[in-house]
Amino acid sequence: MTLHWWHITLSYLLTFGVFAALAIGAALRHRAARRLLDTLDPRADRRGEQP
Amino acid sequence: MDHPPALTTGTTPHRPAGPRTLHRFANPGRFLRATARVMPFLWGASILVLGVGLAWGLWFSPPDWQQGETVRIMYVHVPMAWLAMGGYTGLAVLSVMSLIWRHPLADLTARELSPVGAAATALCLVTGSLWGKPMWGTWWVWDARLTSVLVLFFLWLGHAALVRAFDDAERGARAGAILALVGIVNVPIVKFSVDWWNTLHQPASVTRLDAPGMHVDILYPLLTCALGFTLLFGTVVLARTRAAVMERRVRALQFARARREDAVPA
Repeated sequence: MTLHWWHITLSYLLTFGVFAALAIGAALRHRAARRLLDTLDPRADRRGEQP
Repeated sequence: MDHPPALTTGTTPHRPAGPRTLHRFANPGRFLRATARVMPFLWGASILVLGVGLAWGLWFSPPDWQQGETVRIMYVHVPMAWLAMGGYTGLAVLSVMSLIWRHPLADLTARELSPVGAAATALCLVTGSLWGKPMWGTWWVWDARLTSVLVLFFLWLGHAALVRAFDDAERGARAGAILALVGIVNVPIVKFSVDWWNTLHQPASVTRLDAPGMHVDILYPLLTCALGFTLLFGTVVLARTRAAVMERRVRALQFARARREDAVPA
């Protein structure tokens, strides 16, 4: 692989790595908050306020 | 002392009069229900458009006559640059909504937007550096375009840090909104820096008033990647905002529970 392709590969990996980390971080925060809400306010689920 | 969170029970807090449609989504329950329906479609559309754009850019678009294969870095670098500037403009709009209408969701969205915007701007700088080294022979040069984008990155970071620096979230949001509105002056400087000063960075080749300065074989995959990254950026910000709304409700419920427990005589 040429040096140019190393630079291209690194650019794409960095971009997708950062966006994947942001997406996974958001999903984990959402799941943790939903679990806490389930214990703190079980009625919220019946009101349909949680997906 | 920590102040109780504003979004407590799922009812719309009292706010100064403003556009009705904006305040419909001030109700966290309504916001969560409405966005829960669109989230799967947004994730799907982001992945689909990005998949098509990147396959097109990496395998089906021709190499540049002058830059060779390295031009393929453009398919991630240019969308990141547009998102850095467009996202900051969005941050300024949210700041106006926050300062004028005191919309609680504008505060939360701005708070969740700034780390994503900072990430996009950092990626713009890093991929630009990776593109610059083989083309210019240097990783970095203090020309007007690169320096103004670096300032934009510090503005994003400053906003993310400032809104989190106060115990009172509302005060933090207001300080962040003022910073965002002051910083918006940098966006036209980034855009026109290549026209106003002599820069190593090339002038605009897509967003020109006359016509794009590149062949459609390169332009179309670039526009597809830009659309895909814009969808992904918006979806990530929305997902973070949904998580933040739920976390705020959790804190409000924990606060209420702690007050009830304090009120019970020992």
